[in-house]
Amino acid sequence: MATRTILVDYLARVEGEGALDIEVHDGRVTSARLRIFEPPRFFEAFLRGRGYAETPDLVARICGICPIAYQMSAVHAIENAFGVTVSGQLRALRRLIYCGEWIESHALHIVMLHAPDFLGFPDGIRMASEQGDAVRNGLALKKTGNALMRLMGGREIHPVNVKTGGFYRVPSRAELEPIGESLERARALAVGLVRWVSSFPFPDYERDYEFVALRHPDEYPFNEGRLVSNRGIDIDIADYETEFEERQVAHSTALHALTRRRGAYLVGPLARYALNFDRLPASVQALARGAGLPPVCKNPFQSIIVRALEIVYACEEALKLIAAYEPPECAAVTVMPRAGTGFGCTEAPRGLLWHRYEFAPDGTIERARIVPPTSQNQPSIEADLAAVASMILDQPDDVIRARCEQAIRNYDPCISCSAHFLKLSVRRT
Amino acid sequence: MSERRHPRLAVWKFASCDGCQLSLLDCEDELLTLASVIEIANFPEASRAVAPGPYDLSLVEGSITTEHDAERIRMVRAQSRHLVTIGACATAGGIQTLKNFADVNAFIAAVYASPQYIATLSTSTPISAHVPVDYELQGCPVNKVQLIEVISAFLAGRKPSIAAHSVCVECKQHGTVCVMVQGMPCLGPVTHAGCGAICPSFRRGCYGCYGPMETPNTTALAREWQALGAAPRDISRAFRTFYAAAEPFRKESVVHADITHDDITNGDQDDPG
Ligand code: SF4
Ligand code: SF4
Ligand code: SF4
Repeated sequence: MATRTILVDYLARVEGEGALDIEVHDGRVTSARLRIFEPPRFFEAFLRGRGYAETPDLVARICGICPIAYQMSAVHAIENAFGVTVSGQLRALRRLIYCGEWIESHALHIVMLHAPDFLGFPDGIRMASEQGDAVRNGLALKKTGNALMRLMGGREIHPVNVKTGGFYRVPSRAELEPIGESLERARALAVGLVRWVSSFPFPDYERDYEFVALRHPDEYPFNEGRLVSNRGIDIDIADYETEFEERQVAHSTALHALTRRRGAYLVGPLARYALNFDRLPASVQALARGAGLPPVCKNPFQSIIVRALEIVYACEEALKLIAAYEPPECAAVTVMPRAGTGFGCTEAPRGLLWHRYEFAPDGTIERARIVPPTSQNQPSIEADLAAVASMILDQPDDVIRARCEQAIRNYDPCISCSAHFLKLSVRRT
Repeated sequence: MSERRHPRLAVWKFASCDGCQLSLLDCEDELLTLASVIEIANFPEASRAVAPGPYDLSLVEGSITTEHDAERIRMVRAQSRHLVTIGACATAGGIQTLKNFADVNAFIAAVYASPQYIATLSTSTPISAHVPVDYELQGCPVNKVQLIEVISAFLAGRKPSIAAHSVCVECKQHGTVCVMVQGMPCLGPVTHAGCGAICPSFRRGCYGCYGPMETPNTTALAREWQALGAAPRDISRAFRTFYAAAEPFRKESVVHADITHDDITNGDQDDPG
């Protein structure tokens, strides 16, 4: 019987370069592959021989859309190796700058990159002709997130203020106060955004994911926690490699991460939300219920609602942190390098970002390993593609193609960040 | 009344972090206005609608690191009336040029189990090494205000007005207290202006992410760094970062290069498993 191939040569509205191939044979999807052809940038290789103090600036350049996630995972890993703890207001400020990144990244993704799929526009700019308010509100939200990044970090892309042990300079109360007003407005806009996106037409589709996210005793996770899943994983971040492995596949320059025992898993907003619903403030939980979203949502297309809820959360959290802010005496705690291995794991807007570094006694990196969210989600994206395409095989190619692209954008994949390379463990038996 | 055709803009990506093209989407206040005076004909990061060339202005982000991309940039040039590179990757090869200092096969073997799948050149090169470029905007990332200035200038058919002095001048303009006089090494005296001297305002030295200014005296600055206690390897690493392959920085990094550092990046491979 006929073989049909559906190709997308260049995926639009994702960060980085990727393509999609779907093979259909005898009315069945026989393969669905997300090809990542972003050229290799070799970050793990050239981090070797660099000093710990340079690391936050270097790893930021892995991804321009979530540099704070890279900087945070790195400083936590370095501090872990050197036996340093950052607490109190310095820790609070780290959560604050992370709030900024979540707000700007989620707002960009929702309004400019993902919403157009649901409403049938090629992009956010053209969507503005009919949804002017929604687009303008989304840009205003994004602007607030960026303003917070700039205030805390000096600029929105590749901030300069993150340092091992804390910051180069901490803000005064007077510097933080004005942003409080824009955060109040942003919170109101984000509530509107939740309502808007939850009215979208969602394909009727669910999958039984293994969700993986950080879980903290009392916070919705940004920087710290244990690694947990809904299938029983509950480990220290240092034990990531005992449960998870990465494999190289021929069709992609990004590695595929899998759980050693069960295979594909999902990181990102849906996973964080499902595993940490009870850590959300009552106001955000109520908003979720109002939007018709259950505490565990298995429809990946509805990740757009979870992102909007996370913006509300990030605005509330930022307001809380600012209200309680007292400038600490020192901008950073003292860091003394030593030989050792350190682990860092934080929640980038698009999901778990895990780092491991080995240091020489003077703090020079001997080895680095970075596992970005897109590598972790890639097997799950491919499983979604196969399933989503199967449901509409009777439709013309264009319809299947659009739906598949939309399914990829559910993940907000950052392809630039996944296309860098690390040491593999391949088992040949 | 016949409507005048809007100039057509294309945005291209090569090896990069996407930060420079993201700067365009970060122009929250200008974006919709911009879209009303130009046709965004090809910008895959932002739109599914990709219209064929020719384009009046192509913005190019990222460096050339594969044979395929070397081919692709020639195709981009052929379709573009003006071609402007944005950011350190496109104008100087970017952070990817760190591999130019190492044996690329060792790099690949160190990180890939199946190196045969990986197509990469042994170097990362700026766009200008492959095709003629009309203007280069510095920065890792570029400053979005300057980006808007460059776009407007090309649409108006004039030269962009971008200062060519050092970051020090921006410190003076902002009244920022010099961190170097407080004993912190700073690359500002040899670094191209444009960021607004962000780092010194956060009480740290500039790390050179806007690349070398026009006539940098790197030797004199390296001497100052030494006087402040910087070791040769620190000086070498400082010059060998985001603009590692830009000639003045490359040369100064080699002067202070330290053998152990190069040994580590060249030779020491991970054993698989
Ligand atoms: S120059 Fe810097 S910010 Fe721009 S794309 Fe390259 S790495 Fe990213
Ligand atoms: S802080 Fe750096 S950039 Fe600013 S004036 Fe001093 S040396 Fe120049
Ligand atoms: S490193 Fe230098 S050029 Fe880059 S932002 Fe800091 S001060 Fe500006």
